[in-house]
Amino acid sequence: MLCYLYLQVFNVDQENMQEGLREVEIVSVEEIADKVYILEFERFFEFEAGQIIKLAWPGEAKPRLYSIASGEKQPNIQILFNVVGEGQLTPMMAGMRHGDKILASMPLGKFTGTGGPAWWIAQGTGIAPFASMLRSGQTHNKTLIHGGRYHNSFYYQDEFIPMLGERYIRCSSKDSGDSLYHGRVTDYLKSIDHLPVGPLYYLCGSAEMVVETRDILIEKGVGFGEIVSEIYF
Amino acid sequence: MKKEELFGKTWDELVIICRELNMPKYAVRQVTDWLYKKSVTSIDGMTNLAAEYREALKERFDLGLTPPMKVQVSADGTKKYLFQTGPNRYVEAAYIPDEDRATLCISSQVGCKMGCLFCMTGKQGFQANLTPGEIVNQIHSLPERETLTNIVYMGMGEPFDNLEAVLKSIEILTAEWGYGWSPRRITVSTIGIIPSMLSFLERSQAHLAVSLHTPFEEERRKIMPVEQVYPLPELIKAVKSWDFGRQRRISFEYILFKDFNDTPKHVKELARLLNGLRCRINLIRFHPIPGTPLEGSDDQAIKAFKDALNEKGILTTIRASRGQDIYAACGLLSTKELLSS
Repeated sequence: MLCYLYLQVFNVDQENMQEGLREVEIVSVEEIADKVYILEFERFFEFEAGQIIKLAWPGEAKPRLYSIASGEKQPNIQILFNVVGEGQLTPMMAGMRHGDKILASMPLGKFTGTGGPAWWIAQGTGIAPFASMLRSGQTHNKTLIHGGRYHNSFYYQDEFIPMLGERYIRCSSKDSGDSLYHGRVTDYLKSIDHLPVGPLYYLCGSAEMVVETRDILIEKGVGFGEIVSEIYF
Repeated sequence: MKKEELFGKTWDELVIICRELNMPKYAVRQVTDWLYKKSVTSIDGMTNLAAEYREALKERFDLGLTPPMKVQVSADGTKKYLFQTGPNRYVEAAYIPDEDRATLCISSQVGCKMGCLFCMTGKQGFQANLTPGEIVNQIHSLPERETLTNIVYMGMGEPFDNLEAVLKSIEILTAEWGYGWSPRRITVSTIGIIPSMLSFLERSQAHLAVSLHTPFEEERRKIMPVEQVYPLPELIKAVKSWDFGRQRRISFEYILFKDFNDTPKHVKELARLLNGLRCRINLIRFHPIPGTPLEGSDDQAIKAFKDALNEKGILTTIRASRGQDIYAACGLLSTKELLSS
């Protein structure tokens, strides 16, 4: 159940000394699937869809990088994350409530879209930059292939389905039916005889997924210069 | 349940451990001597520690030393050692003897997250960070340890993606209570994780090597995903902001790819980019990996590139390829096959 709580950003003029981070107040944290959450705080910067920000716990863990999932004009910054077992920050982020404070940086990174045709290929929460691109109006000539384990792993599908239609392929490694492709993203790509020449291929996911997907694309004739990769560091 | 490992603990950590186990303060020195200056093979072997303290240590810790499980020897004398660091987890270290020096190339992670297009380690994905003990063990358990003159963190993994463990390992290697190595005999290589790189420069005296591979952002983005996050101009700006002094060395690693990054245009831009920085460029031959779309420049092109850079006033050397026949050369370390088996 979505539950947005809108509040003011706390003391946005107060720059934190920790790597230029700024303290912001959480608007909401919502669990949308098992151990997968959306965190929101009020936007205090302009950004380009596909960019990332650093988040850190005040005075504690070092900053970690997260893709922005919200659109360029939306009032709140949305961060999609899953709780990593050995992670320092994500368990704390998952336990945050409206009004809690977290440190956030200005946006950075160049994994940004163009107006041209593109294939977006994501795994898990790697969908976030593409959600941002879609929400920023990048829908023309875009194909999205998203990999997840279960039918409820396709975050933001309610927005992707009406905008992309058949150009939105959900690859589920555990579930089938419900218009899902049963298998991993890499299985789906291997099953395609001819990949189009011309689009840029954007990859976002774990190192394993990005490297394996990149190898498949190159093997199928895509130039490595047409592949744009972002890996969860 | 697996016990914690004693090997790899720093002085400060051992002070806390000894206090918690009600051991006297002087025991810290005894333990560090046994761990890092003598060849003890068990906690029982720490014979100048009272029996009750040895028992207390054994109850909580394993020693944590692991000998290599395999060695391959190249025709050129290079040796590649395989270490097991956990269930289904392996790393490699390359021992590279030369006329008057012997370098050990060590790993900092099992696998790597960085996904560089030209690197074999990247193809196995990321499995785990090494602990400080697992990093130092590659040196301590090396049969040729006494012959080593240099250590380079250029094996599997990105050292600055595992910064705290790498810094602790350097502390153990360089401290008077540890191995007492000069930090000038240690080089840590990074692809350019800027915040961690700056932290390393501040907290260590070891040399820094940066994997550059092209002076152009757009090209670098095609072969190194890290460029999306830490762009080249910011990386060079960060390097230039640091005062390396006279003793500490900054070098740039540059693998030469045919018709990609080996042109006069690249020489010109490198000279512009590195202007004002007292540095060295190490040119590296590309060692092809399966399925790569990249091709290495030939020897003539590499020499021409080197001469052109030297003419521009940038000290440039060509790194000798060593251990290629046993996949120990630069960019070839991988334990992927062991993982899948």
